[in-house]
Amino acid sequence: MEGYRKERIARGVKARSDDIYAVMSYREMWYLLFPRLVPVVGFTVVAFLLPEYWQKVVVTTCIFAMLAVSWDFLSSCGLLSLGQALFFGLGSYTAGILNHYFHLPIYVTIPAATLIGGFFSTLILLPVIRLRGIYFAMVTLILPVMLGRVIEATRVFGGTEGITGLSPFPNIWVQLAFVIAGMWVALFGLRRFIGSDYGLIFVSIRDNDRATMASGINIYAFKAQALFIGGCIGAFCGAFMTHSYMFTGMPVFAMEYSILPIAAAAMGGIGTLAGPLLGACILVPLSEFLREFGSLRIVFYGLILVVCVVALPEGIFHYLSRKYNEMERWVRLE
Amino acid sequence: MLIYGLVNSAVLALMALGFNLTFGISGVANFTYGAIYVVAGFLAWSLINKFHLPYVVSAALTIVIIGVAGAYLYRFILKRIRGLVISEVIATFGIALILLELLRWAGFIGFNYSLPVFIDGSVEILGTYVDIQRLLVILLGIACISVLYLFTHHTKIGLAFRGIAQEEHTSLSLGINPDRIAALSMGFGSALGAFAAIVILPLGTITVDGGYDVLINALSVCIVGGLGSTFGVIIAAFIIGYAQTLTSMYISEHWVMIVSLLAILVILAVRPSGLLGHQKELEERV
Repeated sequence: MEGYRKERIARGVKARSDDIYAVMSYREMWYLLFPRLVPVVGFTVVAFLLPEYWQKVVVTTCIFAMLAVSWDFLSSCGLLSLGQALFFGLGSYTAGILNHYFHLPIYVTIPAATLIGGFFSTLILLPVIRLRGIYFAMVTLILPVMLGRVIEATRVFGGTEGITGLSPFPNIWVQLAFVIAGMWVALFGLRRFIGSDYGLIFVSIRDNDRATMASGINIYAFKAQALFIGGCIGAFCGAFMTHSYMFTGMPVFAMEYSILPIAAAAMGGIGTLAGPLLGACILVPLSEFLREFGSLRIVFYGLILVVCVVALPEGIFHYLSRKYNEMERWVRLE
Repeated sequence: MLIYGLVNSAVLALMALGFNLTFGISGVANFTYGAIYVVAGFLAWSLINKFHLPYVVSAALTIVIIGVAGAYLYRFILKRIRGLVISEVIATFGIALILLELLRWAGFIGFNYSLPVFIDGSVEILGTYVDIQRLLVILLGIACISVLYLFTHHTKIGLAFRGIAQEEHTSLSLGINPDRIAALSMGFGSALGAFAAIVILPLGTITVDGGYDVLINALSVCIVGGLGSTFGVIIAAFIIGYAQTLTSMYISEHWVMIVSLLAILVILAVRPSGLLGHQKELEERV
């Protein structure tokens, strides 16, 4: 295309600002609703129509999607976490303990574990909340490994064996409905939250924490809140998985729970919340196909991480939304 | 006890030096470090046992190969994302995962992977028997640190290293190419990692999981000592080394790693820039 350049024009409905739309007709309403409604309805319908084995895969996908969304939320607040397994593990162990030692029913343990897990995640990370960037990343990388070691060393809560025989969900349909609802609530809730005036503070902490402090905002309090929100989502995933597998133990602190969400986010597009979800929906079923390769799967995640970060830093979601929201055409250079 | 603590400290210092060098100079947190350490171990092992090269040759070859590989890793992958902290961390961590899990998949697991010691035998010091290898670790640790000191203070490349570490833009105007220096620092850091692997690994077996442990140890020593400060690393290595030895003697082997975490938490709460982290401003980490 010598002598031409590509011109990009935002569509009229989008032109005013990022989140204010001038909706004039049903066509424009559909234009806005389409990318939101179709995935929500489509995902749910497909999930319920699949055979049972793949429904379990859908549950796992939703769990990882939520972890990825919470990772992305934390990174939008400037908290780069390499240890989503910490949140996951804390939620999982809390649910397991409540169910095993206190014999609480499942509809109590999951909400309770969500809140308690989120609370403990915040509490554990509170001393290092002043850190940012790689320093925070280093600590979060170390923590889940350490907690695994502590449990191994002290032999509390079943030690290396873990806690087995926890109460299961009534059936797979309940599980599916529950986890899919949780995923959409987490995604759209966080999107709305980040878009609000309150959420703006979190984004400003990432963009320039000094300036935010200079504006008289206590950034540590806000970081703690971000951790609590992200931690709660992670803990919910952990609690849900625990009851789904009827087991909790040292594997819940495994590297996979930290790595896959990051890989999903890197693939889908960091900072969009919907992107990581999209990434998880691609990666988890894909890794199910790769199950026969065993531990080579983690190599594959690593490869995706590196390729996406280095070669495709934009991510799928940014690309798609650009194609959807902008018209492109070639114009002759003058 | 005193001596084993000393050995442990030297081991930690050796592990941390390479990581610290790369970070202090180019600002790249090299999460691949643990993987490089393990890869160096296996490389030396296969050079000795598969290609039947003499020990000294294969050790030297390993250090050179790993060093060059580290530099090229920077040249082809990290250079593109320099300065984007999130991307750097994710990319180096991803590379580490690829290397380690590839090794695990390829079947490098078991007890038969161990490097030979330099000199067999043990001597008696203050009533305890110590392998000569452990003494060598201490000696080589000291040697390594002094060579590094001389290198950074009295050679042209070393001075360029320090220049980039202190003020990148000024050094750029003085004709120092930051990318070249950063690649070199990555190469040197990796070579130091390989050196540490060859010196330390004869004390035990080479395991894939060791890669994660090395990374965690290196990170904790560097955080406690203050990232980018070589003497901070030495002091921190002594503190953590003795703390770990005491823990494993009086409490339990399992608690050793937890000591590192506690050290990190205490240091971060009390003195976030580390014990001797003058060079890197406080602002960078909090």
